[in-house]
Amino acid sequence: MNNIKIDHSAAATEFNKDEARVNWHDETLWFVRSKRDKAVFQIPEWEQLREAGSQIKNHVLSNLHDYLTEFEKKATENGITVHWAADGKEHNEIIYSIIKNEGVNRMVKSKSMLTEECHLNEFLKEKGVEVIDSDLGERIVQMREEPPSHIVLPAIHLKKSDVGDTFHEHLGTEKGATDPQYLTEAARQHLRDTFLTRKVALTGVNFAIAETGGFVVCTNEGNADMGAHLADVHIAAMGFEKIIPKAEHLGVFLRLLARSATGQPITTFSSHFHKPRAGQKMHIVIVDNGRTTQLGRADFRNSLKCIRCAACFNTCPVYRRSGGHSYHTAIAGPIGSILAPNLDMAKNADLPFASTLCGSCSNVCPVKIDIHDQLYKWRQVLVKDGHVSSVKSIGIKSMASVLNSPKFYRTAGKLGRFLMKTAPFMVNNNMNVWYNQREMPEVPKESFRDWYLRKRN
Amino acid sequence: MSSREKILSAIKTNQPDYQKLDVQFKFETVYDDLFNKFSEILSFVGGKAIEVKNFDEIKADIQSHYSGVTRIATTIAEFSDLADFSLNIADPHDLETLNLAIIEGDFAVAENGAIWVSEKHIPHRVLPMITQYLVIVVKKSEIVTNMHRAYERVKVDDTGFGTFISGPSKTADIEQSLVIGAHGARGLTVYVLG
Ligand code: SF4
Repeated sequence: MNNIKIDHSAAATEFNKDEARVNWHDETLWFVRSKRDKAVFQIPEWEQLREAGSQIKNHVLSNLHDYLTEFEKKATENGITVHWAADGKEHNEIIYSIIKNEGVNRMVKSKSMLTEECHLNEFLKEKGVEVIDSDLGERIVQMREEPPSHIVLPAIHLKKSDVGDTFHEHLGTEKGATDPQYLTEAARQHLRDTFLTRKVALTGVNFAIAETGGFVVCTNEGNADMGAHLADVHIAAMGFEKIIPKAEHLGVFLRLLARSATGQPITTFSSHFHKPRAGQKMHIVIVDNGRTTQLGRADFRNSLKCIRCAACFNTCPVYRRSGGHSYHTAIAGPIGSILAPNLDMAKNADLPFASTLCGSCSNVCPVKIDIHDQLYKWRQVLVKDGHVSSVKSIGIKSMASVLNSPKFYRTAGKLGRFLMKTAPFMVNNNMNVWYNQREMPEVPKESFRDWYLRKRN
Repeated sequence: MSSREKILSAIKTNQPDYQKLDVQFKFETVYDDLFNKFSEILSFVGGKAIEVKNFDEIKADIQSHYSGVTRIATTIAEFSDLADFSLNIADPHDLETLNLAIIEGDFAVAENGAIWVSEKHIPHRVLPMITQYLVIVVKKSEIVTNMHRAYERVKVDDTGFGTFISGPSKTADIEQSLVIGAHGARGLTVYVLG
C-alpha cells in the first residue's frame, strides 16, 4: 500500500510547529507572487503571451522527435558533443566519464534541477568527485547538506541567522553575523576562487533551440557564465522537453520567465551558447528519465511544457504553508506533485493530495499547464491503483462524489465556502492533516466551477 | 539499441498528433520615449543609463567617476588611453584582477533594460562577468522596444556566444534581501550615445 516514510502531510505538520516561521515563509512567498503580479500588469498582451507560450510548447511536444534530431545535428555541427541518457543513472555516468577523461576530481555547477532529480552530487561524491554548487542559495543548502526547497529560491526556507550560522561554520564569517550584504560578499570571495580553479563546469539549460543547435542559460548572479567561461570543459544537462523550434520563440519565453518567477523584466544574464570557445570542449546531455512515459500519458503530458518559473509554488497556499522539503522530491510545489508520481507512483502518492485544488497555480502558469486538473486526475489514478492510505482515501472519495455530481458540487461547494468563512474549525479537522496548526487559507471569491464556466463562455 | 535510439523511438510512439503552430507570438510595444523607458527599467534592475553626445563626454564621466582606479580594460579604440590592462591575453583567468571593463553593446531593449553583448565585441566571454565594474556603450538609435524586436535584430548563432545583460549581477537568496554584486559585476553603467 502506502510505503512513504514521511508523507507530505506529516512533514507539513512538522513544518507547522514553528508558527512564526511558517507565517514568515508564507508571507515571503506571497511577496514574490505580488512582485510577479506587478510585472505582469505592465504587459497588456500578457494573456496572449501565455497563449503563445502554451501553443509553442504544445507544438513542440507534438513534434519532439524531429526537433531533437534537428537540434542534435546543428549542435554537432557547432562543435558540441551530444549525449543521450535514458535515465538518471546514465546521465550521472556520462558526466562522470567526462570528468574522469579530464583527469580531474572537482567540478563547479550552476543551478540545474535535472541534476537534483538525478542525484548527481551524491553519485559523484561516491566516485570521489567534489561538486560545488555556485548559485548562492544552492551553495547555502549544500553546506547544510539539505536539498533546495524551491526551484528558483533554493534557500527560501532559511532565515538570515541560519545562513549566518552556516557561513560561520563553513566560511569563517563572524559569529552571529546576519547582514545579507556581508554574507553574500563572503560567498562571492569563496566562489570566485572556485570558478578560477575548476576545469569542468556544469550548467543547466533553460531553452535549447532546434533551429540553431544552441542553448540559453538564465541566471541573476552570473554564476553559470563565470563557471562555463573559465572552464576547459562545459557540460550542459537538459531534459529533452527544453527544446524550442526557433530563436525567435525566445522572445515569448524570455518575456514570460523572469516576470513569472520573481517579477523581474528579465534575468540579469540570458546567455546564448552556440559553440565552445577556442580550446574549450562543450557537451550536452539530453535526458529522458521518465519523460517519454509522461509524454505517453495524455492526461499528464502537458506537465512537460513547464519552464520552471516556480510561479505555481509561490501562489500555492499549501506550498507556502508546508515548505518545499515536505514534498520529498527534487521539484516541489504543484508542478512537482504532477511530475513525481510519474517517476514513482507508490513513493509519491501523497503529493497530488498536497493541494486545495483552488486553481491558482493554473491561473499563474506562464505556459498554461492545467496543473490543478492534473493533480485531481492523479488522485483518481493513484486511488484506483491502490497507492493511497485510508485517511486520504476517505478524503478523495468524498471529493470524487462531490466532483462527479454537478448539482451536489454546486451545493457542497457553496456550503464549503460558507463553512470556511464562518466555521473554519469544521473543515480544519483531522481528516485534513496539513491544516492542523492553522486556519484555512483565504477563501477564493469565485469557485473553480464559476471560474470554469466564465472562462468557457 | 543505444539510449539515443531508445529515447527517440519512445518519443515517436508517445508524442501526440502533430499540432501545427499558427498562434501569434510577436507583439508590438509602444513607448513614448525609448531611452526614457530603457533608463527607467535599467535603474529598476540596479543599473544606470546616461545619455551622452560623444565619446569625450563618456571619457570625462568615466574619469571623474573612477578616478584613481587602475586595471581598466576596454574594447573601444576611443578609450584606449583610459586602459592600463591589455585584453590581448591567451588565458581568460588573467582577467581575475580586472576592476573595470568598458565594452560595446550591439543594441538595447527598452522593456527590460537588457543589452546584447556578443563575441563580436568581446574577446573573452567572461569579460563582462569577471570584471568588478562594467561600462557598456550603446548607440541611442539601437534601442528596440521589446524582445520580439530584439530577436529580429540579432542572429543568435552569428557568434559562438552572446548574452543579454540587464543590470549588475545580483542575488536575493538570503531572506529575499537584494544584494548587488553576486558573482558578476558589482555595478553597471550604460552610456547611450545620441
Ligand atoms: S508549472 Fe507553470 S507555473 Fe509551475 S513552474 Fe512550471 S511553468 Fe512555472
